[in-house]
Amino acid sequence: MDPVLELRGITKRFPGVLANDHIDLALGQGEILALLGENGAGKSTLMNVLYGLYKQDEGEITVRGKPLHTTGPNDSIAAGIGMVHQHFMLIPVLTVTENVMLGQESLRGGVFLDRRAAANRIREISKAYGLEVDPDAYIKDLPVGVQQRVEIIKLLYRNADILIFDEPTAVLTPQEADELAKVMRSLVAGGKSIIFITHKLREVREVADRVVVLRLGKVVGGANPKTASEAELASMMVGRQVLLTVDKAEAKPGEPVLIVDGLRVLDDREGLVVDGVSFDVRAGEILGLAGVQGNGQTELVEALTGLRGPQAGHVTIVGQETTRANPRTVTELGVAHVPEDRQRDGLVLSYPVADNMVLNTYYLPPFARGVVTQQAEVDKVAAERVKQFDVRTPGIATSAGSLSGGNQQKVIIARELSRPIKLLIAVQPTRGLDVGSIEYIHSRIVEKRDQGCAVLLVSTELDEIMGLSDRIAVMYHGRINGVVNAADVTKEQLGLLMAGVHPDQALAGPAAAA
Amino acid sequence: MTAQSTPAKAPRPWLALRDDLLIPLLAIVMALIVGSFVIVFTNFGVLDILSGASSANLAGAMWSAIATAYGSMFEGAIGNFGAIATAFASGDSAAIGQALYPISESLATTAPYVLAGLAVAVSFRCGMFNIGVEGQIFLGAIFATYVGYAFTGLPAIVHIPLAVLAGALGGALWAAIPALLKARAGAHEVITTIMLNYVAYRLTDWLLSGPMQRPGSTNPISPLIAQTAELPRLLPEPARFHIGFFIALAVAFGVWWLLFRTTIGFEIRTVGANPDAAQYSGMNVTRNLVLAMCLSGALAGLAGANQVLGMNRTMTGGISGGLGFDAIALALLGKSHPAGVVAASFLFGVLRSGATKMQSVAEIPTDLISIIQALVIAFIAAPAIVRGLFRIRRGGDDARTVFMRGWGR
Ligand SMILES: Nc1ncnc2c1ncn2[C@@H]1O[C@H](COP(=O)(O)OP(=O)(O)OP(=O)(O)O)[C@@H](O)[C@H]1O
Ligand SMILES: [Mg+2]
Repeated sequence: MDPVLELRGITKRFPGVLANDHIDLALGQGEILALLGENGAGKSTLMNVLYGLYKQDEGEITVRGKPLHTTGPNDSIAAGIGMVHQHFMLIPVLTVTENVMLGQESLRGGVFLDRRAAANRIREISKAYGLEVDPDAYIKDLPVGVQQRVEIIKLLYRNADILIFDEPTAVLTPQEADELAKVMRSLVAGGKSIIFITHKLREVREVADRVVVLRLGKVVGGANPKTASEAELASMMVGRQVLLTVDKAEAKPGEPVLIVDGLRVLDDREGLVVDGVSFDVRAGEILGLAGVQGNGQTELVEALTGLRGPQAGHVTIVGQETTRANPRTVTELGVAHVPEDRQRDGLVLSYPVADNMVLNTYYLPPFARGVVTQQAEVDKVAAERVKQFDVRTPGIATSAGSLSGGNQQKVIIARELSRPIKLLIAVQPTRGLDVGSIEYIHSRIVEKRDQGCAVLLVSTELDEIMGLSDRIAVMYHGRINGVVNAADVTKEQLGLLMAGVHPDQALAGPAAAA
Repeated sequence: MTAQSTPAKAPRPWLALRDDLLIPLLAIVMALIVGSFVIVFTNFGVLDILSGASSANLAGAMWSAIATAYGSMFEGAIGNFGAIATAFASGDSAAIGQALYPISESLATTAPYVLAGLAVAVSFRCGMFNIGVEGQIFLGAIFATYVGYAFTGLPAIVHIPLAVLAGALGGALWAAIPALLKARAGAHEVITTIMLNYVAYRLTDWLLSGPMQRPGSTNPISPLIAQTAELPRLLPEPARFHIGFFIALAVAFGVWWLLFRTTIGFEIRTVGANPDAAQYSGMNVTRNLVLAMCLSGALAGLAGANQVLGMNRTMTGGISGGLGFDAIALALLGKSHPAGVVAASFLFGVLRSGATKMQSVAEIPTDLISIIQALVIAFIAAPAIVRGLFRIRRGGDDARTVFMRGWGR
């Protein structure tokens, strides 16, 4: 069978980086090809070349035997290539229909937008591929998983038949990810071909027909996902053995560092999303906060870190009331915060890596003397941290925005973990990281715990919660639906708690009886 | 060489620098070229030839039209090198003053541009769009004028700084109004600053025809400021070149230092680049917005003070002449960087003061200069045109342009 898409000798250089190094790749008709690789291996770059966002320095692309010369995404779209980006490209204040039409407006009488026709086509596409979405809804009101469906519909609306997904599941809940897998299967059943990038090896084994691994900009091999084990895939990516499970000793919990008492928090629309939450996190333990996305975790963390004033209740950190403290006070008490949305909160993308490394300590010695910044000190420390946390960047003067997604996350982790801290609040700390980096970050978090740091780990990733936590609190509809010991709970029981089943019933299974 | 983690210097920084310098320079060249079309096709000699009314050489007429226009502009703005050399050779200070008159006048025009351009640049850096620089210039001028004529008997060494600082204070106070409205009530600064410009105009009208009117005058004009408040002039009459130019340069350096070498500037820039990240990292976003706005206003006020204390020595309704709006262009042109603003201001200063001579010698209306200024801005705002025309490859990061974050929030 002839491939629908062939890349030959694709090379792409950035200042100081060889991002793609003579890459050959072919995609068969109706195939789901998984592209694996470390952070900064060049996956997104390769896909951006294919989509026409970057121009390759060398090499050629053929689509169904015809050479593709791109001067921009329009050429790729015309050739039937569509891409869902790592960071979505939708306009929040427009409706689904309007977003889908954008750039491909169907008109009535030459000037008027024909929204009805467009909405009808959207409904057809939705039905054909199981992509449920309300065409009249505003993007800003939609959960991430549905926004992603809109992105997919956008491609199908433009008649794309080669679909590129760049880390589509990084921002999804496990449930949403399962649905996406179904959608992908129905897409190939409908004659589409798919390239998809992910760091989650389980997904690779579930949906991919074939795997290609990139390392340092080169293709280093392929594998059959049905036969290769996760460990094999992992070591191919990183080039060494990777521990897929967390190795940690028994926790030795000390005094409570974070005490949350009857906290009630409103969201932006004045809805009560945290409804009387109480728990504590002790020094030397990791408390995992599990829950399906959107059950109040985001607002809870914002309240704990001073970004959002709670409506009622109390927060105490290292014995000090911080209920309505500002973020600076909280930070200075020794709290580190790995935020949920790295590009919105965690980084200034236009700043160099160095400045991002001191984003919340820039005013302290040795980074400043009085009000005068000491750039030499900042650079020195930044260079050390870049090395220590293996941030792949041409240099500390490179802007954070030009790093790969995973390396952006590493900058934040490096910044937050290399301060003397007593409490670490980490939201999805390994989102978008490759297995090697996940292993490293997890071991650093455990190390912090062993040094007596209290850790609140917020994650929708059950594997991460179960692997890392000592105790697990499950959040459901703004309340804590049970706190359990990580050692004596099963994934199924956690799933039940996350679905809102009462702890008495959820834990009535065999494990709880033990 | 592959993706590596060894920290290194910025990747080919000259690429970014080249873009920063080359694009504006080529934009100026393009603007002068397009401007020459305007000159040619508004030139009566050329039009006569084209309509057949004259049989002179067309190319020659075109060339001479352009040469006269730009030649006189250059002479009016920079001076005549021959004359300068002769004057220095003669050693006669009056002759030197006269020969240096054009360039000194350009520099004197540059000074307020620098200050006003910095005002807008600082607001851009903090993610705001201060369109109220014009009004803040007026308030600065009013404050400086008042201190200039109402306080007498002070030595110059006290009186000058006092009047200058009064100007800065006036501008800062005026800018504090939209800043607080934004901080307290969320009112968008673009709207409020535009409104306050009108208030400033009317306030000036009233003051100059009422409390601050020159005794015995029926015109809206203030008393002359005391001699002790005048910014010293550095060349013999009629040159108006005064120390304001050097003050402006020093202020530009100060603003650069503040923005790029202090934690205060780091906060202002962070709030401008990503307010969410600023809040996350413990910065007080609101306080920084207010601070940046007041700083912006203070710079605008200095521009007003400069005009009163250095140039006019009295206050009239024409004190600014649209300076506050040119300032927006200057900040854009200079990419909100103090050095860029100084360079752009010099360009505008030269064009403006050359325009007068061009009008008298080549009989080309000063409006041509406005056209050229507008073209320069258009070419800078659309770098793709310049890149395409001159086939320049893109260098450096793309995320470097600094501008306000749009109209939301
Ligand atoms: N616009 C850019 N400017 C400069 N360098 C870039 C740019 N985009 C990517 N790079 C560099 O190219 C390399 C490959 O980046 P890419 O985004 O393709 O990685 P990736 O494989 O997608 O990684 P991740 O899994 O972290 O998303 C990285 O070293 C990155 O720093
Ligand atoms: Mg990527």
